[in-house]
Amino acid sequence: MKIADANQPSPIDVAIVGAGSAGLALAAELKRSGVTRVVMLEREKTAGGIPRHCGHYPFGIREYGRLLKGPDYAKRNVDTAVKLGVEIRNEVSVTELHPQGRLSLFTPSGLESLQAKRVVLCTGVRESSRSQRFIGGDRPLGVMSTAALQSLVYLNGMHPFSRPIILGSELVSFSAIETCRHLGIRPVAMVEELDRVIAQKTILPYLTLRGVPLYAGVHEPKIIGKKHVEALAFVDADGKPQTIETDGIIVSGRFRPEASLLLASHLELDPGSGGPVIDQFGQCSDPSYYSAGNLLRAAETSGWCWREGVSTAKRIVQDLSSAHYEVRGYIRLSTNDPAIKFALPQRLVISNRPGGMTDMQIGLLKPSRGVLKASCGSQCVSVSKINSRPMRRILRPLADILATAPGSDVQLSFEES
Amino acid sequence: MNNKFDIAIVGAGVVGCAMARQLTLCGATVLVLEKAVDVLDGASKGNSAILHTGFDAPVNSLEQSCIASGYANYLSHAAELNLPILKSGALVLAWDQQQLAQLPELIDKAHANGVNDVARLTREEILAREPNLAPSVVGGFEVPGEYLIDPWATAHAYLLQAIANGTELLRGTEVLDGEYTNGYWNLKTSAGDFVADHVINCAGLYGDIVDQRLVGESCFTITPRKGQFVVFDKAASDLTTAILLPVPTKKTKGVVVCRTIFGNLLLGPTAEDQTSRVDASTNREALLALRDRGIDMIPKLENFDVTAAYAGLRPACEHSDYQIRHMPDQQYICVGSIRSTGLSGALGIAQYVNKLLVETRFSNQPLTSPVIPDVDRLSNYHPRDWQDQNNGGIVCHCESVTRREIMNALTGPMPPASLQGLKRRTRVCMGRCQGFYCTAELAKMTKGYFELPLGVQHENS
Ligand SMILES: Cc1cc2nc3c(=O)[nH]c(=O)nc-3n(C[C@H](O)[C@H](O)[C@H](O)COP(=O)(O)OP(=O)(O)OC[C@H]3O[C@@H](n4cnc5c(N)ncnc54)[C@H](O)[C@@H]3O)c2cc1C
Ligand SMILES: Cc1cc2nc3c(=O)[nH]c(=O)nc-3n(C[C@H](O)[C@H](O)[C@H](O)COP(=O)(O)OP(=O)(O)OC[C@H]3O[C@@H](n4cnc5c(N)ncnc54)[C@H](O)[C@@H]3O)c2cc1C
Repeated sequence: MKIADANQPSPIDVAIVGAGSAGLALAAELKRSGVTRVVMLEREKTAGGIPRHCGHYPFGIREYGRLLKGPDYAKRNVDTAVKLGVEIRNEVSVTELHPQGRLSLFTPSGLESLQAKRVVLCTGVRESSRSQRFIGGDRPLGVMSTAALQSLVYLNGMHPFSRPIILGSELVSFSAIETCRHLGIRPVAMVEELDRVIAQKTILPYLTLRGVPLYAGVHEPKIIGKKHVEALAFVDADGKPQTIETDGIIVSGRFRPEASLLLASHLELDPGSGGPVIDQFGQCSDPSYYSAGNLLRAAETSGWCWREGVSTAKRIVQDLSSAHYEVRGYIRLSTNDPAIKFALPQRLVISNRPGGMTDMQIGLLKPSRGVLKASCGSQCVSVSKINSRPMRRILRPLADILATAPGSDVQLSFEES
Repeated sequence: MNNKFDIAIVGAGVVGCAMARQLTLCGATVLVLEKAVDVLDGASKGNSAILHTGFDAPVNSLEQSCIASGYANYLSHAAELNLPILKSGALVLAWDQQQLAQLPELIDKAHANGVNDVARLTREEILAREPNLAPSVVGGFEVPGEYLIDPWATAHAYLLQAIANGTELLRGTEVLDGEYTNGYWNLKTSAGDFVADHVINCAGLYGDIVDQRLVGESCFTITPRKGQFVVFDKAASDLTTAILLPVPTKKTKGVVVCRTIFGNLLLGPTAEDQTSRVDASTNREALLALRDRGIDMIPKLENFDVTAAYAGLRPACEHSDYQIRHMPDQQYICVGSIRSTGLSGALGIAQYVNKLLVETRFSNQPLTSPVIPDVDRLSNYHPRDWQDQNNGGIVCHCESVTRREIMNALTGPMPPASLQGLKRRTRVCMGRCQGFYCTAELAKMTKGYFELPLGVQHENS
C-alpha cells in the first residue's frame, strides 16, 4: 500500500474564484457530495462577498429558514463551507485564467500557480461608475457607489457624508437609504434618469415613509463641487433646471458583471450579459471552467445565486464522476434584438447528460409588452407572452429549443403588441 | 528653512517641477511655492500623456526647440528616474482628400524640425499595421519617435529629485504680491514672506495674473482651453498599438486615440475655449460625441466599456508660441502659456531658462553626485510592485496597487493631501471599478493623512 505523503497535498478537484454567496454555496455542496479537495480563492480579507456589507434584512430565508441580515448570512455561508472541509484562502487574487484549469495567483507570500480539475468563476457584480453612465460635472470627493458606502459604514464604522443624494432607483438604491438610516441620516433626494423608479412600484410608499423626495425622468445630471461635493444639478421632468445642495452622491445600481478576469482570458464572453458564455450545465467555452452567481448576469438576489451555486455543484460532481456522455452537437442561443439585453445559456449541448437547466433566463433593455419569439432561420421554435421591464427575472422553458436540430442557431426576438 | 533663496519658483506644474530639478542640480537653492494643497493641480493635472517629438511644432519656434531638447533629455534621464516609457510611435491619419493633401507639407515640416524618420504610408500599409482602424482612412504618415509616458510620475520625479537635493516645497502657498528692491525679491504669499534673488513664474493657467502681481504687466492673456477625455477599459488597449493622431489644425492637435502607459485606451481631447481657469468639468454631450468620434475611427470601440472621463485645461493665449520673457534688470523670468506640449518640453524649457539665468547673476555649480529619488513605477508594460516580495498585499484590485505603494506615497517626502493626489501617485481608484471595492480599505489606510477624510467614525458603529 502506498502511504500518502503528508507534505504532498492531494490534487485540487475544484478551485472556486470568489467566495460570495454563489461560490460558498457551491463549495459546500461539493463537499456534501464527497468531492475531496475544494479550494476557494478570495481576494478580500474575509470571505462572504457582497452580503458582508449589506447590513439589512432579508437574507437567508430559503437557505437557512431564518431571517438574517447580510453580514450574519455571509458568516453563516462561510462557517458552513469551512465546517464541511472547504479550504478558503483569503487575500488571494486570481490574476490570470489559463487553459485547462490552471490559474495564476497573487498571494500575500508571493505569486503562485494553481492547477485544478475544474475551476468555477463566481466573481459577482459591481455597480456602474459615474463615468460609465456619462455623468458629467466636477470630480470632487464624496461621489461613491452603494457598495463603497456600505463598506465604509458596516465594515469600518465610518460616516462619509450627512445629506447625500441617491442617483438611481433600483433595489440597491433603496438599500442605500437603509444604510443612511443606520447612520441616522436622511438622503435629500432620490434622482432617476428613467421616467419611473426601476424597482417595483410597490416600493414607492417606502420613499414617502422615509421622507425622501423622488425626481424621476431627469436629464443632464451634473455633479458640482470643488473639493467636496456641493450639489447635483439636473433638468427635471418638466424641463426646469434644478440644483439640489448635497454633500455626497451615491451612484447606485446599473450592475455589471465583475468580468475583469474573463476579459483578459481565453474564455468566450457574451457582450450582452457581460459574463461568460455558458451552456445549460454552467460550463464555459473551455470545459474545465464553470461559472455561477451574478457573474453570469446582472443581477439576481443572493438567494438565487446561492441556489445557482448548489445546482452548479451537482453538475460538476456529475462531470467529475467520469461518466461518459455522448454529445450529438450544439445549439447557439443568441439575440440581436434591441429590446433584449441577454439570454442565458448562450450554448446548448445536445447529449444524454441529465441535470441541465430547464429554463433560459432573459434580461430586457427596455420595458416590453408583446411576444418573445425563438426562431431558427424562418422556422419559429417557440413563442411566449412577455410583459416586463429591465432588471426583472424572466424565465422561459428551454425544452422547445433543445429539440431543434444540432448545429441550429436560435435567435430570440421581441414583437411588440 | 533658508531665509533667502537663489531662486523662487511660482507654481508646481510639470514646468515648475522640471525647473526646480534643473536649477537645484545646477547648485541653486530653490524654493517652490504652490498655491494648491498638492502639486499638479493646474494644467498638468490632465493631459494626453504623450512625449512628443515636436514634429508638428512651428519651425524655428521656441516651442520646437524646447520640445526637441526636452524630448532628448527625457529619453536620457527616464531610466535613472525610474520613469516608464513605451515607444508606441504615432500615425498621423487623413480621413478625407483635403487632409490627404496636407500631408506632404506636414512631412516637410517634420523634417525641417529635425524629425527625420517621419515617413509617408499608404492606406494599405496603415491598415496592415492597425487592422482595427475604420477602412475609411485614406492615408497618413508615421512618426516612430512618439512615446507614451506617465504624466504625473514625470513631474513628481523631477520635484522629488529637486527636494532630495535641497529644494524646499511649500504647498498651500499662493504668491500674492512681490517687490524687487536692492537686487532681490520679497515675495508676499498666503503663508508669509519669502526672499529670493530670482523669481521664475511657472504659474501656468495663472501666468498672466502672477505677472500682473509681480511686475505689473503681462505680454499675454490666458484663455483656458478645455480638453475632455474618455478613458476606455483596459481590454480596449489591444485595439491599437500606435498613437493615432489626426491632421492638426491651427487651434488644436485634434482628437487622439492612444493607449496609456497604464494600459487603458484614451480618446480625446476636445478643444473648448472658456474664461474659467478652474472649471475642468466634463459634460455628457461632449463625452458622447467623443465616443462617437472614436467609434468612427475604430468601430470595435463600440463594444468596450468606459473606465473614466476627465478634462484638462491648456494655458492658451493669443500667441501660438511659448511666452518666455526674461527681465534681467528685475531678475524675473516668466514661463508662460506652455499650452499643449509642456509635458514634452518641460526639461528643455528648464534648460533654456537656466541659460537665461546664467546671463544674469546666476552661475552654475552643478552638484557632483546628485541624489536620485525613489519613485514607484506604475506602468502596465513594466514590472510592478505586486509582482515583488513583501508588498503587503493588493489593496486596489483593478490597478493592482499594493499596500506598500500606498504607504510609500503617504509617508514619502511629498505626501498627497487628497485622494486625488494619492490616485496620481499610486493609481488607486483609477481602474474599472472606480472605488467600488477598495474605498473602505483606503479610508482606513488614509486616516489622518488627508485634508478631507474619506469618512469619519460614527457612533452607531
Ligand atoms: C452594492 C450591492 C448591494 C447588493 N445588495 C443586495 C441585497 O441587499 N440583497 C440581495 O439579495 N442581493 C444584493 N446584491 C446582489 C449580490 O450580487 C448578490 O447578493 C450576491 O452577493 C451574488 O453572489 P456572487 O457569489 O455571485 O457574488 P459576490 O457576493 O459579489 O462574490 C464575489 C466574490 O468574488 C471575489 N472576487 C472577485 N474577483 C476575484 C478575483 N480575481 N480573485 C479572487 N476573488 C475575487 C470578490 O471579492 C467577492 O468576494 C447586491 C449587490 C451589490 C453590488
Ligand atoms: C487636454 C490637454 C492635453 C495635453 N496633452 C499633452 C501631451 O500629450 N503631451 C505634452 O507634452 N503636453 C500635453 N499637454 C500640455 C501640458 O499638460 C501643459 O503644457 C503643461 O501641463 C503646462 O504646465 P505648467 O507647469 O506650465 O502649468 P500648470 O500645470 O498649470 O502649473 C501651474 C501651477 O502654478 C500654480 N499657481 C498658479 N498661480 C499661483 C500663485 N499665485 N502662487 C502659487 N502657485 C500658483 C497652480 O496651482 C499650478 O499648480 C496637454 C494639455 C492639455 C490640457
